[in-house]
Amino acid sequence: MTEEQKLEQFQARIDAEEKIEPKDWMPEEYRKALIRQMSQHAHSEVIGMQPEGNWALRAPTLRAKKILLAKIQDEGGHGLYLYSATETLGIDRDTMIEQLHEGKAKYSSVFNYPTLNWADIGAIGWLVDGAAIVNQISLQRTSFGSYSRAMIRICKEESFHQRQGYEIMTTMMNGTPEQKEMAQDAMNRWWAPALMMFGPPDNDSAHSKQSLKWKIKRESNDVLRQRFIDKTIDQAHFIGLEIPDKNIRFNKETEHWETSPLDWNEFKQVINGNGPCNHQRLNHHIKYHNEGNWVREAALAFAENEMKLETTTN
Amino acid sequence: MNTKDAVYNFCLRMADNNLISGQRLTEWCSRGPILEEDLAMTNLALDLFGQAESFFDYAASLNGNVKSADDLAFLRSERQYYNNLLVEQPNGDFAVTMMKQFLFSAFQKLMYEALTESNDDTIKGISTKALKEAKYHFRHSSEWVIRLGKGTKESHERVQLAINELWRFTTDMFEMNATDEELISTGISANLETIYGKWNFVVGEILKEATLAIPDAAKIIKGGCNGMHTEHLGHILTEMQYLQRAYPGATW
Ligand SMILES: [Fe+2]
Ligand SMILES: [Fe+2]
Repeated sequence: MTEEQKLEQFQARIDAEEKIEPKDWMPEEYRKALIRQMSQHAHSEVIGMQPEGNWALRAPTLRAKKILLAKIQDEGGHGLYLYSATETLGIDRDTMIEQLHEGKAKYSSVFNYPTLNWADIGAIGWLVDGAAIVNQISLQRTSFGSYSRAMIRICKEESFHQRQGYEIMTTMMNGTPEQKEMAQDAMNRWWAPALMMFGPPDNDSAHSKQSLKWKIKRESNDVLRQRFIDKTIDQAHFIGLEIPDKNIRFNKETEHWETSPLDWNEFKQVINGNGPCNHQRLNHHIKYHNEGNWVREAALAFAENEMKLETTTN
Repeated sequence: MNTKDAVYNFCLRMADNNLISGQRLTEWCSRGPILEEDLAMTNLALDLFGQAESFFDYAASLNGNVKSADDLAFLRSERQYYNNLLVEQPNGDFAVTMMKQFLFSAFQKLMYEALTESNDDTIKGISTKALKEAKYHFRHSSEWVIRLGKGTKESHERVQLAINELWRFTTDMFEMNATDEELISTGISANLETIYGKWNFVVGEILKEATLAIPDAAKIIKGGCNGMHTEHLGHILTEMQYLQRAYPGATW
């Protein structure tokens, strides 16, 4: 079969909504695009542990402490699960981490913003996990089988996170004036970064077209963003939070909320490493990865020794 | 001391040990040597916070002046905390943390084992449930102590250094006061001297397997159960209690 025929057959399978599995033939570009997207997703889960971990020692109640820690643990688990799913494409975790450290692999730019008060933990759960869910529900129908299954599994936990985040915001909006101020402050700072999580506008998105054709992505950035905006604005108003955008307007004809254009220049700056926490997040990951070298070496040496002992005694 | 006060004090000691130990483990969040171990440490911390909450809940139910478990966790000061000195020690490197966890969970496991026969039904219930977790914590940390002890030259040196540093705080776990006297005589808690004998044996076995030497250090630093701490506890509480102290009366 010629390369062209293989490609045609591949596209036919995609069009017929068949799932592609790791051992199936796939175009090199498809594999690369998936590795890029899935490893970025895995790194995002792991880097996302940092801004939330920033409050793990200061959670205000025992219950809040347990919920936050369990959430961070879930995110790390998502990272592990996604690393394994990505490994089925023929790249190992160490290489992915190397690419992250060298800046070749990215993670979601939303985690380059700081968590400055306790309500930020609410805002992250509600807005960041909320936006992630919209994206991930759509990705449950992605054409690559391992990725699709990962999304189905992960989404269940993400919706818990979203509810718990909204609960923190609700409690604070029902609380003291200082608590309300914290909640609104968090809302003001996280709204735009959360909307930017869906990526640049459709007419400006580098990888979108081919990704849609191969069904790596199922819906466009703008469609997903609008879905998130529509459900989130109502939730915000319900607990008395203002949207930090004076131009929001409900369009009765389209039945959608209209919002101001986002500052895509800022987005590009943050993606390119110039956000408020880019250096901090990456340096943190590199530092603790390197500090763990001797532990990983010890574990390896121990396992090898045990194996030798076993073979000599057998 | 009457029995009710003794049970209250004892529950605080148990809860404080769990809470402070969990707080220290939480410091590792996003800093583990490998993602799997990062999550494992969070897991231990979550278990410990759960155990702390159970003991705090029980303590709060015994004292009319205490509103909730959260008040006990977030509104008491250093001298009112009764945790053992070992658990408040800084994490150091991974070897120090795992050694600390090992020495503590060996104690916890034996303690909970004894408390499954407590005459106090609530303590008995909490301990029966917690024992399963403590057994896992002990297994996890002792496996790491052995792994590090027999791993590389560097890991062996680090973990030997860890025990040299921590050993001096271990007898504090077995110090007794009027609380213990009352609870031993009523069959609610165990004699810590008996536990100490078992602990020495269990810990000694693992250290031997890990090819580590037991330090020959004087062990006279004591006081946790009487609210006498090292300098570290104050800082742990400052951070942990920040929101509750800064916004009194707020609901979170
Ligand atoms: Fe996640
Ligand atoms: Fe999440």
